[in-house]
Amino acid sequence: MISDALAGKKIAVTGTTGFLGTAIVERILRCVPDCTLVLLVRPGRRGADQRVRREILKNDCFDRLRDHLGADEFDAMATERVIAIGGDVGTDGLGLDDDGRAILAGCDIVIHSAATVSFDSEYDHAVEVNLLGPLRIAETLHDLDVCPHFVGVSTCYVAGNRKGAAAEELLTDTPFHVEVDWEVEVAAARRRRTDVEDASRTPHQLGEFAKEARSTLGAAGVAALAARSEQLRERWVSKQMTEAGRARASSLGFPDAYAFTKAMGERALIERRGDIPVSIVRPSIIESAWSEPFPGWIRGFRMAEPILINYGKGLLSQFPGSPEGIVDVIPVDIVVSAIVAVAAKGPAAKPEVFQAASGTANPFRYSDLVDLAAGWFAEHPIYDEKDQPISPPAWKYRDPGAVPNELARAKRVLDRTAKALDMLPLRGRQAQLSGELEERRDLVDRALEYVELYGSYTACEAVYQTDRLAALDAWLDPADREVFCLDPGVIDWRTYVQDIHLPSVMKIGRVKTAPTGKGGESRSARLRRSVLSPDRELAAFDLENTLIASNVVASYGWLATRRLDYPARVRLVARTLTQAPKMLALDRADRTDFLRSFYRRFDGAPVDQIDEDALEMFSDLILTKSFPAAIRRVRDHKALGHRTVLITGALDFVVEPLNPLFDDIIAPTLMTGADGRTYNGRMTDVPPTGETRAQALRDYADLHGIDLKNSVAYADSTSDLPMLDAVGFPVAVNPETKLASLARRRGWLVEIFAKSPGGPRKLMPIGTRKITPRKTA
Amino acid sequence: MSSTPPTTGPFATKHDDRPTPRPGFVLDVDRSTPPILFHHGEGFRLEKLPAGRTRVVYGPEPKAGLAHPDAAVEHALDHPLDSEPLSALLFSGMRLTIAFDDASLPLPQMRRPDVRQRVIEAVLDRAAAAGVDDVHLIAALGLHRRMTEAELRHAVGDRVYDAFAPDGNLYNHDAEDPDGIVDLGQTRHGEDVTLSKRVAESDLLVYVNINIVAMDGGWKSTATGLTSYTGLKQHHNAETLQQSRSLMDRHNSELHKSVWRQGEVIKANGPKIFHIETTINTNAFGYDGPLSMLQKREWEWNARDRAKFMGLQAGLKAMSMRARRAAFINWRSPYEMTSVQAGDVDRVHEATLERVLDQHITPVEGQTDIVTFGLPYTSPYSVHSIMNPVVVMCWGLGYMFNFYRGRPVVREGGVIIMTHPTPNEFHPVHHPSYIDFFDEVLRDTTDPVQMQAKYEQRYAEDEWYRHLYRTSYAYHGVHPFYAWYWGAHALQHVGQVIVVGGDPTAVRRLGFRPATTMMDALEMASDTVGPQPTITHMHNPPVVMADVT
Repeated sequence: MISDALAGKKIAVTGTTGFLGTAIVERILRCVPDCTLVLLVRPGRRGADQRVRREILKNDCFDRLRDHLGADEFDAMATERVIAIGGDVGTDGLGLDDDGRAILAGCDIVIHSAATVSFDSEYDHAVEVNLLGPLRIAETLHDLDVCPHFVGVSTCYVAGNRKGAAAEELLTDTPFHVEVDWEVEVAAARRRRTDVEDASRTPHQLGEFAKEARSTLGAAGVAALAARSEQLRERWVSKQMTEAGRARASSLGFPDAYAFTKAMGERALIERRGDIPVSIVRPSIIESAWSEPFPGWIRGFRMAEPILINYGKGLLSQFPGSPEGIVDVIPVDIVVSAIVAVAAKGPAAKPEVFQAASGTANPFRYSDLVDLAAGWFAEHPIYDEKDQPISPPAWKYRDPGAVPNELARAKRVLDRTAKALDMLPLRGRQAQLSGELEERRDLVDRALEYVELYGSYTACEAVYQTDRLAALDAWLDPADREVFCLDPGVIDWRTYVQDIHLPSVMKIGRVKTAPTGKGGESRSARLRRSVLSPDRELAAFDLENTLIASNVVASYGWLATRRLDYPARVRLVARTLTQAPKMLALDRADRTDFLRSFYRRFDGAPVDQIDEDALEMFSDLILTKSFPAAIRRVRDHKALGHRTVLITGALDFVVEPLNPLFDDIIAPTLMTGADGRTYNGRMTDVPPTGETRAQALRDYADLHGIDLKNSVAYADSTSDLPMLDAVGFPVAVNPETKLASLARRRGWLVEIFAKSPGGPRKLMPIGTRKITPRKTA
Repeated sequence: MSSTPPTTGPFATKHDDRPTPRPGFVLDVDRSTPPILFHHGEGFRLEKLPAGRTRVVYGPEPKAGLAHPDAAVEHALDHPLDSEPLSALLFSGMRLTIAFDDASLPLPQMRRPDVRQRVIEAVLDRAAAAGVDDVHLIAALGLHRRMTEAELRHAVGDRVYDAFAPDGNLYNHDAEDPDGIVDLGQTRHGEDVTLSKRVAESDLLVYVNINIVAMDGGWKSTATGLTSYTGLKQHHNAETLQQSRSLMDRHNSELHKSVWRQGEVIKANGPKIFHIETTINTNAFGYDGPLSMLQKREWEWNARDRAKFMGLQAGLKAMSMRARRAAFINWRSPYEMTSVQAGDVDRVHEATLERVLDQHITPVEGQTDIVTFGLPYTSPYSVHSIMNPVVVMCWGLGYMFNFYRGRPVVREGGVIIMTHPTPNEFHPVHHPSYIDFFDEVLRDTTDPVQMQAKYEQRYAEDEWYRHLYRTSYAYHGVHPFYAWYWGAHALQHVGQVIVVGGDPTAVRRLGFRPATTMMDALEMASDTVGPQPTITHMHNPPVVMADVT
C-alpha cells in the first residue's frame, strides 16, 4: 500500500506553486494520511508560509479535500502536515536559512518538480532552473550529508526530435545520445547573457530603441520615451536570449531550450548524485485531470489551451503537423500517481526512469484532436463582442515550414501598411480603423509565435515507451489502483476532450460561451460611467483637437489679419504657409521650442487690441470650431462637482473667454514690452506641454490636495502622454493613430468628439474684418 | 385707410408695372391643377396634391409699397397718433434711447436701406436739431443672440453705426447684465415686469419696429425686446402658449394679453414712449429676377418661369448643402414699406395690425383633416444660421400653424404634414443650448409642460450659456424651450406631425414621423384621420394667414 509505504515519512516537494506541484501536494495530503510535506517555495514579498496558504492551499484543487474535512479541520490538518520553507532552486545552496536546511536535512524523500516550463524561456534562465536546479538540490543534500530518495520530474521530450521508440532509460544509455559538456553549456549560457546585455547597449542599438520608442509614442516627452526605450531594450535582450536557447537546442536535435536543458539537467544530476538514490519521472504533455481531484482540474494555461481557444475564436486555422501524428497528452492526475508511486516504491540500486505518456498505450492522433475539438465548438461556439456565435474554420494540416512562411508574409504586408498609416495624419475614426489593422497584426503575430513555439513539437515523432510505468502499475496494491491510477488506457479521448478538457479550458480562459444579451453595457459605456463617477476629483482638458479643432497657428492668423486690408491679408497668409513645413518640423521635434519661436510673432502686438479682438475670435474661430460634445463633457464634470482645469499651450488671451467652463486655466502668458502696451513675444514661463504639462497638473493637484489617481484627463496626442499617464482615468479624444493604439492596449476610454456638422467652415484662419476705428479707451 | 390709394403726398403708393394686387384666394385642386410649390429648406418641391379633396390657400399678392417712404416717415413723426410730434418731445440735455427690432426681422433680410435705417436717421435728424447729445441705440433682442457688426450695419446703416458704435452708444440689449435691468413692479395679475435700465432711465424711448407678421409690435416690442428672463417667463411658458389661439391673433392670444398687462406697467412706471411701427409688403422674392416665380400662382407660370424654376432646381442640385445655404443666406428681399405710423403704442399698433392683416388674410371656410406647410430655409431664430431641428419644429408648429384667426386650419386631432430636410445640424456659435436641448431634453420628453418643470430653470440659469449669450452670439440658454413652447398649442391640437424628406433620426427625436414623399406622408396620415381625408395647403410665399370660419 502506498499510504503504508509513505507513513511517517517527511517529503520535500519543489515547484508546488505550479500546475503539477499543486496536484502532488493535494494528492499526498488527501490520499497519504500519515506523512508530512515540506514545501520549498520562493519567499516572494509575503514569505513562504503566506505563499503556501494563498497560492497553493486556496486553489480549487483542494476543494474536494476541504469539503470532505470541513474548512476548520482542513486548516488544522494543513498546519500540522505542511511546512513551508523559503528557498529557490535558481540559487546556489537553494537560498535556505539554517532552519530550512535543518528541515530539509530531515526529509526522507525529495520530489523535484520545479522547472521553467514555458517554451519561450530565456536561455540562461532555463539553464539556471532546469539544468542547475536538480544539481543544486543534490549538492545541498551532499552538503547536509543526507541521502533521501530523489524523485526528479523531467520530460519525455529529453529524447529530442527523434522518430521511433524512446525507451525508459537514462539518456547516456541510449544510442542517440550526443556528448555535450553541461558545465561548458552553463558557462556559455551565462556568457551569452553578458554578451547580449552588452550588445543591447551599443550606441547603434540604443539609437534603434530610441527611434522605435519615438515612432510608437511620438513626442511624448523625455521621461516616457526613456521608459519605453528601456522597455524595448529589455524585450530585445529577452528575445535574443530566447532565440539563443532555441538555436542551441535545435543544433543538438531538441525541439526547444526547455527539452534541452531538462536533458542536460538529468545528465548533471546523474553525474553528481553521489550516494543519493535517484528516480526520474518523465511526463509527456501534461493537461487537465482525468478524474483526480475532479475531472478537468487545471491550473494556469498550458501549451495547447491558447491554440484551442484561438481555433474556437476562428483566429487560427492551421498548424504544422500531419493528421496521423500522435499528440502525446497525459492527464495531470496520472503523472501525480506515477510520482507518488515511485516515491512509495523507493529507489533501486541504479537510477530508474519512468515515462508517463499515452502514446504507446492509448495513442491519440492529431486528426482525432482536431475532429473532436471542431465537433465540440460546433455545439458550443464562442461568441464575439456582437453576441454572434463564431464558427471555427476548417483545419488545415500543413507541412512544417509552410505555415511560418505564410504568416511571416502576412505580417510583412501588415507591418508595412501600418507603417504607412502611421505616417498619415489620421485622427478619430480613421485612427480607429488603423487600430483594427493593428489588431489583425497582433493576431498574426500571436499565431506566428504559437507556430514558432509549439510547431517544433510536431516534429517529435518519438513514441514514448511506458513498460516501467506498466510494471509500476502491476506493483500497486489493488486498493491503491483506485486512487493512484497509472494506466493511460483508461482515457476515453472523446470524453476527455469534449466533456472534460475543453469545458474546463473555456471556463478558465473566461471565454464568452453564451451571448451576454442586450442588458450588458458596452465597454466604452462602462468606462464612461467610471470617468463620470461623482467620486472623481478633477478633470483636466487639453484644448487643441480635444475641445476645438484649431491650433495656435490659426488663432495667430485670425488675430493678425483682423485689421489688415485684403492684399496684406493675402501676403500674411502666403508667408505663413511657406513657413508651414519648417514650423511643423519644429513642432514635431519639440513643442516648447515651437511655441517659443512661434509666439515671437506677437512681438509688438498692442495689448488692448488683442484683448478686444480675442473676444470676437472666441465666436468666430474657437466656438465655430469647437466640439459641442466636448464642451458638454466639461460641463458634465462641473455639474458632478469635479474641479475642471484647462491645460494648454495656447496663449491666455486666446482661451480667456473659455473661463466660465473651467475652475482654472493653465496657459502661457506673453510678457509686455517696457511701455506695457504691446507684447514682446516672449513667454513668462515654460509653456505647459509634454512633461511640463504633466508637472503642471501635478503641481496643481498638490496645491489643491487632489488625488490624481482619482482624476480624469482628456487629450488627443501622444505628446500628452505624460499628462494622461499621470491620472487614473485617462481619456483619448479623437486620438491620432499612435494614441489610438496605445489607448486600446491600455483599455482607456476613447471619445470621438466632432464639430457641429452645420457650423460655418473656414478654409483659412482669417479674422472677420474689423472696419471701424477702434473704440478709444 | 381709404379704399383708393392716394397718388401724391406721403401716402402715395409706388406705380409698378403690375396689375392691381389681387386678394387672397382658395384654390380647389382638380385634375388639371399643376403641381404645387413647397418650400423645402434650401430647396423646393413641386407636389401633385390629390384632386377633389385638396385646397390651396394663397395669400393676397404683395401690396404696393409707398412711393416716398422717407416722406411717409417724416409725416408719421410729425403727425403722430395720440401724441405730440416727435420734435416737441425732444430737448437739449435729455436722455434719449432709440430701440429697434433685431436681426430676426424681417425675413429674409431686406435690401438696403433697411426700414429701420430710414426711421432712425429721421429720428436722429430731429434729435440733432433739438440739440440732444445723450443718445443710445439698442438692438431690442430680448433673449435672442446678439447682432453682429455686419447685421447692425445692415439694420441701421453705416452712417449711424460709425457715428454711435465706436463710442459704445450703439449696442445690443443685454438681458443678463446684472446692473442693466430694473424692476418696474407687477401687473394686476401679479406678473413681474423688468426693463433695460438705460431705457427705464431715459426721458424718452423711441421704438423703431418692423412689422412683418401680426404677432409682432405693440407692447411686445418693449415688453419682450428690452426685458430679462424674469419678465419673459411670465408669458413665455407652456401654459400661456397652449392658450394663445392664435399667436398671430393679438386679441385672442393669452401671450399678448399678458404682454399688454406688462405694457400697462411700463406705461405707468417706465419712460415716455414714442412708438414707431412700419409695415412691409410680402414681396420677398421680387416681381422679376431669378426667384420671382416663387410668389406667382403655379398655373400662371409662363415658359420663362418654368425655365427659371428648372434652372434653379438644377443649380441647387449641383450645389452642396453648405453652398446652397450660403446662396440663400445672401438673398436680400426687395420688401417695400407699405405704411408707417408713430405715437401712442396702442393706437399705432391697431393701425399696424389693420395693415398687416390686410396684407396677409385670406378667408377660409371650415377646417380640414390635414394641413400641409412647406418650410423655408430661414426662420426668425436662424438668420445667417442653420434651421436646426428644433427651429424646424418651431417654424412649422409655432408659426405656420398659428397663421390663423378664428379656428386652426386643421381640425382637432388632425395631421400636420410639412416639408423640410431637417438636417441633424446645429450652428455651434448661435445655438449651443439648442444642441444640448436636442441631445438631453428631447431625448427625455417632447411635452412642453414636462420639460418646463424639469429642465427650463437649469438651462435658463446656466453660467456657460449666460456667458455665451452675453459675450458671443448665442441664443440665451432658455431659448430652445421658448422655441418649443411656441408649438405648444399645435402639439396639443393635432394628432400627428409628419415631416416629408426629413432626416429620420432628427425627426423622430422631435416626436414626429419622417416620410420620404408626400404620397407616403398622406398614406401615413390616414392612420390618424382615416381614408380620403381633406387637405389644405398653406401656400408660401407669400405669407398667408387664414381667417377660418
